[in-house]
Amino acid sequence: MIKLFRRTPASQAPRRLTFSILRHNPADPASRPQLQDFEIEEAEGMTLFIALNEIRATLDGSLQFDFVCRAGICGSCAMLVNGRPSLACRTLTRDLGTQITLAPLPFFELIGDLSVNTGKWMRGTSERLQTWIHNAAPVRLDALEERMAPELAEAIYELDRCIECGCCIAGCGTAQMREKFVGAVGLNKIARFHLDPRDTRSDADFYELIGDDDGVFGCMSLLGCHDVCPKQLPLQTQIAYLRRKMAIVGLS
Amino acid sequence: MDVIHTDVLVIGGGLAGLRAALAAKKRGQKVIILSLVPPKRSHSAAAQGGMQASLGNTAKGAGDNEDVHFGDTVRGSDWGADQEVARMFVHTAPKAVRELAAWGVPWNRVERGPHDVIIDSQKVTLNEADAAHGLITARDFGGTKKWRTCYVSDGTGHAMLYAVSDQTIAAGIPVHERMEAVSLIHDGTRCYGAIVRNLTNGKLSAYVARATCIATGGFGRIYQATTNAVINEGIGAAIALETGVVPLANMEAVQFHPTAIFPAGILVTEGCRGDGGLLRDVDGHRFMPDYEPEKKELASRDVVARRMEAHIRAGKGARNRFGEHLWLDITLLGEAHINSKLREVKEICHHFLGIDPAKQWIPVRPAQHYSMGGIRTNAQGAAYGLSGLFACGEAACWDLHGFNRLGGNSVAETVVAGMIVGEAIADFCASPAGDMHVSTALVRDCLEKAEAEFTALSDGQGTEKAGQLLREMQAIMTEQVGIVRHGETLGAAVDALQKLVLRSRQIGLGGRRPGADPELTTAWRLQKMLKLALCVARGAEQRCESRGAHFRSDYPQRNDADWLKRTLAYWPDAAQPLPSLAYEELAIAGMELPPGWRGYGTRDAIEHPATAIRQAEIDAIRARLGEADRHAIQDALMPFRHLLPAHLRGNNARLDESA
Repeated sequence: MIKLFRRTPASQAPRRLTFSILRHNPADPASRPQLQDFEIEEAEGMTLFIALNEIRATLDGSLQFDFVCRAGICGSCAMLVNGRPSLACRTLTRDLGTQITLAPLPFFELIGDLSVNTGKWMRGTSERLQTWIHNAAPVRLDALEERMAPELAEAIYELDRCIECGCCIAGCGTAQMREKFVGAVGLNKIARFHLDPRDTRSDADFYELIGDDDGVFGCMSLLGCHDVCPKQLPLQTQIAYLRRKMAIVGLS
Repeated sequence: MDVIHTDVLVIGGGLAGLRAALAAKKRGQKVIILSLVPPKRSHSAAAQGGMQASLGNTAKGAGDNEDVHFGDTVRGSDWGADQEVARMFVHTAPKAVRELAAWGVPWNRVERGPHDVIIDSQKVTLNEADAAHGLITARDFGGTKKWRTCYVSDGTGHAMLYAVSDQTIAAGIPVHERMEAVSLIHDGTRCYGAIVRNLTNGKLSAYVARATCIATGGFGRIYQATTNAVINEGIGAAIALETGVVPLANMEAVQFHPTAIFPAGILVTEGCRGDGGLLRDVDGHRFMPDYEPEKKELASRDVVARRMEAHIRAGKGARNRFGEHLWLDITLLGEAHINSKLREVKEICHHFLGIDPAKQWIPVRPAQHYSMGGIRTNAQGAAYGLSGLFACGEAACWDLHGFNRLGGNSVAETVVAGMIVGEAIADFCASPAGDMHVSTALVRDCLEKAEAEFTALSDGQGTEKAGQLLREMQAIMTEQVGIVRHGETLGAAVDALQKLVLRSRQIGLGGRRPGADPELTTAWRLQKMLKLALCVARGAEQRCESRGAHFRSDYPQRNDADWLKRTLAYWPDAAQPLPSLAYEELAIAGMELPPGWRGYGTRDAIEHPATAIRQAEIDAIRARLGEADRHAIQDALMPFRHLLPAHLRGNNARLDESA
């Protein structure tokens, strides 16, 4: 028969879990950041999505956090789980100890408790890096589509899988020091459009966008981004590739 | 009074809303999009398996065209669809796929030469033509005669959403994120925008617009077991209903997806079965061929979900500590295929079940998935009842899907409807009807009314808890208004929901908190969701037949003689305990495809007398036109191109057909 779970369920009573959650409500002038403990009983197959909703439903209705798809697809719920940037919705409590610390992603504007404004930052980055296909040719709706090599389409999708969760920024050394650093999310997007033949921008055009210390030359190759990316994007190779390409433009 | 003015207000930042906004913006209108979440986090991103469009590039898609797609869609709908709308849709879908390709969606492509696939559990070698190499490929989906579902691995919705969202950024369309429309500004005949709540600080403001478009998606969260994201609470549909003059149509038509992982309810794509995956029972037996010899696992979703539930009730379910389920077996597809074409499925299985689907079977059970019903609109997306109000995507009942939507047709509908409805919105704004004279007193009244709703809730001294009532509602819907329905349980559900409405007026919050208090938000939304639940349950109770996803064990036949009509639910008086139901006929006399057997499922419909008459007319037209061009025959049967914007009327090119 199929083995459903990674760990054999404990035969004893369910575990008691203690969540230490970093609380702060910027809308409340009296609020001061502090860790607050919540204790709940673990359930079979419990994710942090289930646990946080239970805490809000039964212990504190004011707790703020963001979930949308709760399936690891939309990128809404990134937070620090025991200090590591992670997607909360697909983190199972059985993979953690009984003491779990949750904090909002650093770097982004705090909305309240575990909720941060990644949307505003990602939109700003998209505008700044112009993350769309640049092609002046009119779209021909009735004609056969332009052909593309099957393996190229797959290679583009490999980079297109970024869900803008913000984990790479939260795990980035440069972002701690340079407020305007575009981060792995920004660089990966440039790599994606650079690879796409439908985008007519040249290397020199891309250099204008990322050819400085807020772009690809700001990366110190610590590569925390690569380690924490929940989609396991090939960030290390893409950043290295872009840096070589941009260095050639810069030196020519 | 905080007032923002715009030409077009689009409520909802998913694919439908974004695409409609783009169309209106490109026609020179000032557009603002409101979104509960950053647009790229919308539920459109969760569409996995693909989008149907009859490109016909592949060996198994050869011969496909709009006519075949149209027939599949109407049969899938169990003849509940608006056939003119279905024609507009199948005609525009190839254009939408090609537009998205130009915008950067990395559609998987045809690879020339032989390749092995799994069909009906057998390994088969297909040979793709040289001429098709590099064109957009397609996979098989349920209820279709051809392989028609264009895809990007199993992240199709994600890739589409990112491409379209990036286009709106390129076009400079502002998106006001974390904003929720809480009521429509209207005077009973015209809509002037919406009252909007900021979900970060709780403040209300008025967005005054010449045209308003609701694209807020479905309402799956009124159910306990659902694949829907937590934001799919149907509030957009509810605020339209609360105008009293805009009807919600076919709310009882609710789709249950066969393969949600059990018990979490997270979707694994129909592409699993399209690519050759099988459903198995407690004994490991592949049971679908026993019930559906023609289409097996790839009958339409309503049929497969119903067969699965019946099989479980027959004692053939597997069991784990959460209850009974069945197995989805994709091990036969092989690791290489799963790693490239079903990678989200692999991730979901890994993270939520701790299994490797290349080696182990996936526990699945049907769960609520899609709302065929919604804000009733005409073919251009204009809502019934209020001038200046439009709707598109899942929030609307445009009525492409009737009583069952085909897999791959909804993510296609979002962009196709966005293209068409966005143009209609621009046309409206450019017409005399698009001019607006709005009274500041009306705007202020609407704002104060909304403020009063929230104040009443936060002042409430009752003992009821919103979260508890919400869970009770969800349990009622899943248990009593689910896949198999019966008049008695539906009646009981309506009664129970009405009791919940009374209790929802006695809510007390845990305290008053500055900012946008999540508990207050839940309490406010609950009132709206209960109304939607009542529309679904009451509509289902009254519809004494079975059609598509609406199955009544006490009325198991489709009854065209009495029920070939669309339910319209109104809520004219806020104090009334139930929606008022009206019906609009689907006229067989105008149909291109009169009612018949779907090609799967039961074959016992009660026929309408007009069916035979219309069929004779169609036969005569076809005989008269003989070998005429297929477009000419179609035009003689049911003209539709006049309903489309001029730039979307052209024929679609294929390898064997010129544009």
